Amino acid sequence: MCLSIPSKVVEIDEDNMATVDTMGVKRKVTLDLIAEKVEIGDYVLIHVGFAMNKISKEEAQLSLDAYAEIAEAMRSGEIDDEEGNANYA
Amino acid sequence: MPEIDLIEGFRDPLHMKALAEIIKKECVSKINIMEVCGGHTHTIMKFGLSQILPDLIDFVHGPGCPVCIMPKERIDHAIALASMPNTILATLGDMIRVPGSKTSLQKLRADGKDIRSLYSPLDVLKIAKENPEKNVVFFAIGFETTTPMSAVLIQSVIEQKLTNVYFHINHVTVPEAVDAIMSSGDAKIDAFLGPSHVSVITGYKIYEPLAQKYGTPIVVAGFEPTDVMESVLRIVRQINDKKAFVDNEYARAVSREGNVKAQDLVNTYMEKRTHFRWRGIGDIPNSALKLKDEFASLDAEIVFKEVLPTIELDDHKMCICGDILKGKAKPFDCKVFGKACTPTNPMGSCMVSSEGACSAYFKYGKLSQKGGML
Ligand code: SF4
Repeated sequence: MCLSIPSKVVEIDEDNMATVDTMGVKRKVTLDLIAEKVEIGDYVLIHVGFAMNKISKEEAQLSLDAYAEIAEAMRSGEIDDEEGNANYA
Repeated sequence: MPEIDLIEGFRDPLHMKALAEIIKKECVSKINIMEVCGGHTHTIMKFGLSQILPDLIDFVHGPGCPVCIMPKERIDHAIALASMPNTILATLGDMIRVPGSKTSLQKLRADGKDIRSLYSPLDVLKIAKENPEKNVVFFAIGFETTTPMSAVLIQSVIEQKLTNVYFHINHVTVPEAVDAIMSSGDAKIDAFLGPSHVSVITGYKIYEPLAQKYGTPIVVAGFEPTDVMESVLRIVRQINDKKAFVDNEYARAVSREGNVKAQDLVNTYMEKRTHFRWRGIGDIPNSALKLKDEFASLDAEIVFKEVLPTIELDDHKMCICGDILKGKAKPFDCKVFGKACTPTNPMGSCMVSSEGACSAYFKYGKLSQKGGML
């Protein structure tokens, strides 16, 4: 039941319904459960026809930056790669 | 702010590999991690995370699949309600496929009963208006994630003065279930991955008493593979430091307080039940919600009391779903897994629901068997 993929708000109409794009699939969701203002271009998590929250792009960027940093540390040999070429799905 | 990739960045194999290497380096003792939510079970199986992670890390699957924990007698309620004359029964997800004591909603629908599987609870409004001469019963299921959506529907039914909609509420709550599993002492669990979407609604504060009571780290994790990997790393570090607190890896979506508007809506219409029987686990105090007394006229359990069976029913004796939900067994431990019990012909609810552990193992299982970790 949990659709875990972030969806981008592409349209908002008068009765607080939004059209969201989830990896190319468009659907209508209600924004009734969100207290703060939602704008076009925001990302939301959706569940059974409702947007549940806004996703913080700043926080997401912090995580991605941290991953990039450790990946770089691995590349430069700071973290050993014991198995070399293991296959990661 | 420039466009940011919220999907692929969290599935980058290089990131996963780098995280795995750090975990391998830092993890020095065996850690059993329960992922409470069925969504995490799927991420772990789909991306083969057990293979990437060191053998010291073992994932134990938890009770977080709303369809899996529904006891047969509640499904029999749905069946009894759907069998009433002039009635439309509406529900969500895989619920209609789960067998009750004699039949399933799906079979009943094939026999001509009007049973609808909805995209959103709000679809009930349209159905009720189009069928004013019929009773529409919404069989509400789900954890804290889904409860606010039922509350919005209740609010709309009242505001729009619809008189033909009733609610059979089966909303359950995570902390009480985790508490029941831990206090039984049966499952050996050292740490938890906290659910993603439950936490979006409730905030991560709901797990703080559990981390304290049982001395187990709880890290709220997103659903993407790097989210799970990073959360495992955070668990390893807490354990190495002999700490046990609630940490939030999923900060892009979860706060400590959660969605307060959603919580307020739930509290307006619903209150705790003193008891709820979970399939395979048994009775757990305060682990579910019901409509408040002032809304009794909307409560299908009260309005249609005389048609609802009261006998408590357990699963087929071969089915070990109960032990799986309690973290005591894994799907491969079940003798009929993949043989007599498959997704097309499920014997137990863990195989019916796409969020169930047996279904995840069936779908992605070969990967994990190869790793020899199970
Ligand atoms: S494989 Fe089927 S019978 Fe066995 S525990 Fe899972 S759901 Fe139950």
